[in-house]
Amino acid sequence: MQTDAPAIEQGGIKECQKRPDLFRVLCWVGAAATVATLAWIIFEIGRQAMPAVQKFGLEFVTNSKWVPNREIFGVAPFLIGTAVSSLIALIFALPLGLAIAIFLSEDFLPLPVRQFVRFTVEMLAAIPSVVYGLWGIFVVIPLVQGFGAWAVVAFKNIPVLNTIFAPPAYGNSMLTASLVLALMILPTITAISRSALVAVPGTLREGAYALGSTRWEAIFGVILPTAAPGIVAATILALGRAMGETMAIAMLIGNSSRLTWSLLSPAGTLAGLLANQFGEAEGLQVSSLMYAALLLVVLTLFVNMVGEAVLRYTQKRTAGIR
Amino acid sequence: MIKSMDPQPPPTASAPGTNVTSELAHPRADFLKVTDFNFYYGKKQALYQINMEIPQRQVTAFIGPSGCGKSTLLRNFNRMNELIDGVRHEGDILLNGRSIYDKKMEVIALRRSIGMVFQKSNPFPKSIYENIVYSLRIAGISSKNILDETVERSLRGAALWDEVKDRLQDSALGLSGGQMQRLCIARAIANRPEILLMDEPCSALDPIATAKVEDLIHDLKSQFTIVIVTHNMQQATRCSDRTAFFYLGKLIEYDDTQKIFTNPGEKQTEDYITGRFG
Amino acid sequence: MSTSTVEPTDFFSSANAARSGVRSLWSKFLSAICVGLALLTLVPLFSIVFLVLKNGLPLLSWSVFTELPPAAGMTGGGFGNAIVGTLIMVGIALLLAAPFGILSAVYINEYDPYSRLSNAVRFVAKLLTGIPSIICGVFAYAVIVLTTGGFSAWAGGFALAILILPTILLTAEQALLGVSQAYREASYGLGATKFQTIWRVVLPDALPAIMTGIMLAVARAAGETAPLVFTALFSQFWIQSLREPTASLSVLIYNFSTLPFEHQIKMAWTASLVLVILVTIANITAQVVFRRR
Repeated sequence: MQTDAPAIEQGGIKECQKRPDLFRVLCWVGAAATVATLAWIIFEIGRQAMPAVQKFGLEFVTNSKWVPNREIFGVAPFLIGTAVSSLIALIFALPLGLAIAIFLSEDFLPLPVRQFVRFTVEMLAAIPSVVYGLWGIFVVIPLVQGFGAWAVVAFKNIPVLNTIFAPPAYGNSMLTASLVLALMILPTITAISRSALVAVPGTLREGAYALGSTRWEAIFGVILPTAAPGIVAATILALGRAMGETMAIAMLIGNSSRLTWSLLSPAGTLAGLLANQFGEAEGLQVSSLMYAALLLVVLTLFVNMVGEAVLRYTQKRTAGIR
Repeated sequence: MIKSMDPQPPPTASAPGTNVTSELAHPRADFLKVTDFNFYYGKKQALYQINMEIPQRQVTAFIGPSGCGKSTLLRNFNRMNELIDGVRHEGDILLNGRSIYDKKMEVIALRRSIGMVFQKSNPFPKSIYENIVYSLRIAGISSKNILDETVERSLRGAALWDEVKDRLQDSALGLSGGQMQRLCIARAIANRPEILLMDEPCSALDPIATAKVEDLIHDLKSQFTIVIVTHNMQQATRCSDRTAFFYLGKLIEYDDTQKIFTNPGEKQTEDYITGRFG
Repeated sequence: MSTSTVEPTDFFSSANAARSGVRSLWSKFLSAICVGLALLTLVPLFSIVFLVLKNGLPLLSWSVFTELPPAAGMTGGGFGNAIVGTLIMVGIALLLAAPFGILSAVYINEYDPYSRLSNAVRFVAKLLTGIPSIICGVFAYAVIVLTTGGFSAWAGGFALAILILPTILLTAEQALLGVSQAYREASYGLGATKFQTIWRVVLPDALPAIMTGIMLAVARAAGETAPLVFTALFSQFWIQSLREPTASLSVLIYNFSTLPFEHQIKMAWTASLVLVILVTIANITAQVVFRRR
């Protein structure tokens, strides 16, 4: 090919062999393997859970006793613990996260301050769960113990409150774990909500201000409603994260298998159960733990799917407005 | 049906394609031949019954208003349109007597024999040197001598050598707009293609860079057959030997450039040239 | 007789002014609350950083990297084996997950973007990001620990690989999407095959962004505990083989934080400090070093 005469002299169009694209096959294998992984996870855990599923069936979910040495396994306390801790965490994290998101999307304070806050929230997200647990042990537990001691006395005669804050006031309790959990899901809520708020078209904001609204009238009247689906998505995804969170909870919640109404008592979650007991489990206990794991997977997958669907819906909605 | 005129009578009687030296001396009038060509994007027809013969080692310009199909036809010559889903064609295109849709011919082989310069210059985010030798590397050539020689030849051919010979290892993205386009031309001719296709190569360039590229086209004409799509009619007058006017997917008129611009045969051509539309 | 004219609003009436005044005041008040809450978030972070530094620095010395964990009740020692263990298992995770993630991304972005497989991959990847890290551990337990009969670094690395696979895949896909289509066109125009275009033009251009994703995944994996707690377990000794229980920084912190010995607790803080530094370095490398030009 590389002579001085033009290519046409070498017999016209250069021919070349088409080899099958092996790389494409390799990539296909990678893609198929990824899809297969999820299927494999569910399949494998389900398979291991079979003995327990066959033995307990749906009673597993309603039974509130978990006694390994007598081979009685029921996850109701842990299911409830997962739900309650996640919900309390959301109750704290949602207003706080929303406030930060609004703060980051408006210009109350100059840009450097906003960037600093944003950076701080990202750092919060990067801190390992186990470090949150360690910090929780030495900072949050004493705080909650103090609060608990006060609450137990203050609410002694108020109905409902005296059940939620019933004595004795432990340090390792549902309240402690939920507070730290709130901190851990805060970045998720903030990030997604902020995206939703920032995606509200400038034209809508301008319209509100042009009509003479104050800043907060614009926020409550126009901006938040427009961003609402995104905020809902943020909440759902944060819920999914909360349900799956393990280490910090395991270190702070006390890991008790007793059902109780009091937030000041120890409790347990599905994830914490798995973390604590897998190391030394045998036989039917392993199978029961696998059953619990299966429940956790299905729950978190479901919540995440809903969250992702809502997120996609919101992105489509704001895409149309200019 | 537009018939092309022979550029000049062949000095000897040998048939094109058989005798090497006579081929060099006697360029084919139908080097690139389009026969009854229809082209569809899905359901939408973009080209209607195109028939034309493009002569070798001359510059042929495609002109016409936006959306008339000139770029579409150009991109069919090296089958770049096949990268889009849902396209189909009827009719044939022959390069030097051989159909480009021949089953025995690999598309990659075809593309390696045809150079293309795009509207917006698109050098790779690599060094100037690597940009030029890319087409050699994908053909499996790695001998440094050949690569070096090709780089110098191509850059000289694109009138860029003096400006960049001391910074061949620098990133191509650091060049000016006009230099980048000339680099793309150098890259396109590195492989010594049969034909050079240029799709509005100067539309993103300032007048000085445009003038340099147009000079380049004059120089390249002696070695390559060039087909250039242009919006700029003055450019067509300056650079091309033959001009084809397209409108709404049809070839309206195709003739020597001189004739098209001074005495067009079709009314539509005349209207376009005098600026009554488009 | 009735008039049908509407009285124009008297913008300068004192009643109107008073209402506007109250509205503005209320708005300012809400802003103050909002800012206050936002700045309140800084408090826990500062508290964590401050305590990690305050409690972790005292014991931070070279011995931390070179010595083994002290037995219960003893003082001295370090956690060199835990640092090595974390690095090894994160390395295993990368070796397992990166090829699958990147190859999958290449398939769904370059070869067949609209096929059912590609859509399935995108959907599954999103779902996998939502899998709790403990489930990765459970899965590795079922697949490796139960079949090989013991805890090992392989099991831990495998669990981490499942954890980071979706991150690598999704960031690689974004990286590939970010490569200008003009480059691909130029390559095809020169007669390159799809493979040559991907290998010589697309992947090199996407590499910095892919590396960002990998470093972020490394940062995440290094800090995880749940996948390791019952797959790699823990070890008091230097790692001899990948088929034995292996120490890691995160599990060390978990174990030591619940012991009743002051020295061990201080070690846990120091280990936290080292872990946070490691994770921060990985994050900074990801976002600064590999930033696109």
